[in-house]
Amino acid sequence: MTPRRHVDEFRDPDAARALLRTIATRAERLDDPLAVMEVCGGHTHTIYRYGLEHLLPDRIELLHGPGCPVCVIPRGRLDDALWLADQPGVTLATFGDLMRVPGSGRHSLLDARAQGADVRFVYSPLDALELARTHPDREVVFVAIGFETTAPATAVTVERARALGVRNFSVFCNHVTIEPPLRALCDGGDSRIGAFIAPGHVATVIGTRGFEFLPAEYGRPAVVTGFEPLDILQALAMLLEQIVSGAVAAGRATVGNQYGRAVRADGNPTALALLRRVFAVREAFEWRGLGVIPHSGLRLAPAFADLDAEVRFRVPGARVADPAACQCGAVLTGRLAPERCRAFGTACTPDHPIGACMVSPEGACAAAFGFGGLDRATARAVGGPEA
Amino acid sequence: MCLGVPAEVVELPDPTEPRAIVAVAGVRRTVATDLLLDEGLAVGDWVLVHVGFALARLDAAEAARTLDEIRRLGADQPNPFDGAADV
Ligand code: SF4
Repeated sequence: MTPRRHVDEFRDPDAARALLRTIATRAERLDDPLAVMEVCGGHTHTIYRYGLEHLLPDRIELLHGPGCPVCVIPRGRLDDALWLADQPGVTLATFGDLMRVPGSGRHSLLDARAQGADVRFVYSPLDALELARTHPDREVVFVAIGFETTAPATAVTVERARALGVRNFSVFCNHVTIEPPLRALCDGGDSRIGAFIAPGHVATVIGTRGFEFLPAEYGRPAVVTGFEPLDILQALAMLLEQIVSGAVAAGRATVGNQYGRAVRADGNPTALALLRRVFAVREAFEWRGLGVIPHSGLRLAPAFADLDAEVRFRVPGARVADPAACQCGAVLTGRLAPERCRAFGTACTPDHPIGACMVSPEGACAAAFGFGGLDRATARAVGGPEA
Repeated sequence: MCLGVPAEVVELPDPTEPRAIVAVAGVRRTVATDLLLDEGLAVGDWVLVHVGFALARLDAAEAARTLDEIRRLGADQPNPFDGAADV
């Protein structure tokens, strides 16, 4: 097979071993153990898939953050989506991952479909719009989820629906933004997070600038990072450099850019302009496991109210507490390793998830279930940095 | 969810339309280019594809710089064979 550009070159095992040795050398100069949070579920997935955690020095701990959009959608919003799917004439369209997330009563959109609701899986919001155009007799509702990475695609779709005059299309908007939950984490009293691996794909839109508040207001260094194993290891080496050089202690922490091939300081101005035109910031939005966070969610702007499913259908706006057995909140804030949840692997598995973290391949629990199980000693014995 | 897949632009069928045909591991697919309207995309460019959209253009020179930096970082440690290593 021919090497895949921008992929295989960032998976080179020799380079990974060399980076791991550099990380080990730098970690020896740490005064205290370091906990680094990777915010994005895509990073969590890479870390588990390649067993990177196990190859790192003991003094470095990785915390898995709240950046998996499927994982943070609360049960109430899912119950609302299930309610929408039950309305007469409605075709509900959404991404595959969301279809398996349980609402209250462990009932998912997939279950609703098995019971006769018209629920479709789409790959792109544009596919949902196309469904509406080809099925003028149906009310097509697209359940939008995702951070700033995905919201611009929804925004383009909304503007296209308007331009084409499609009247049987609307959006049930669950888009969220990255800054408020990160602030909530830093403001939380028990935070052990010493540094951040910042989400590279969100940063293609909001730029490295979107993470400046982390060093500026919280003194935490951050590195915007790509999704291959060398990307993550390089980011760790860059974060360690900021710490062991004394820059962080001297109040000179910065946002590094490891993902320069995709990310610029100012992000993507076209996408940012779309976000400003099409969305308005909600007063508050509920996150699974994290509770209600002010100004963290997006809704359609008033100018697009006719395309807003919440306006068109008077969605009940359910608020449902997280399931009692589920410790997703502690997992999503990096306070609990997924394997330590009481339900992990027993009551909660990818086939029968309790929490959303067990559903998406980017959820920390699903990643730990699929790829975990090694401990550090074993990993080293089979080819870690000291092998 | 937030995944972006690198893909090569292989055809721009209609310059007045915001779409491109890209190849991902040999499979051709149409993607929307609305988010890269100001980038002057050309055949042969690489983009990140996310939910049917080209989300960002991948910069080959920057990728090469990052790989150089990775090699430099990897070399930036005591050589275990020169006796000066702190073990
Ligand atoms: S193992 Fe299941 S129940 Fe426990 S935190 Fe993860 S998703 Fe929630």
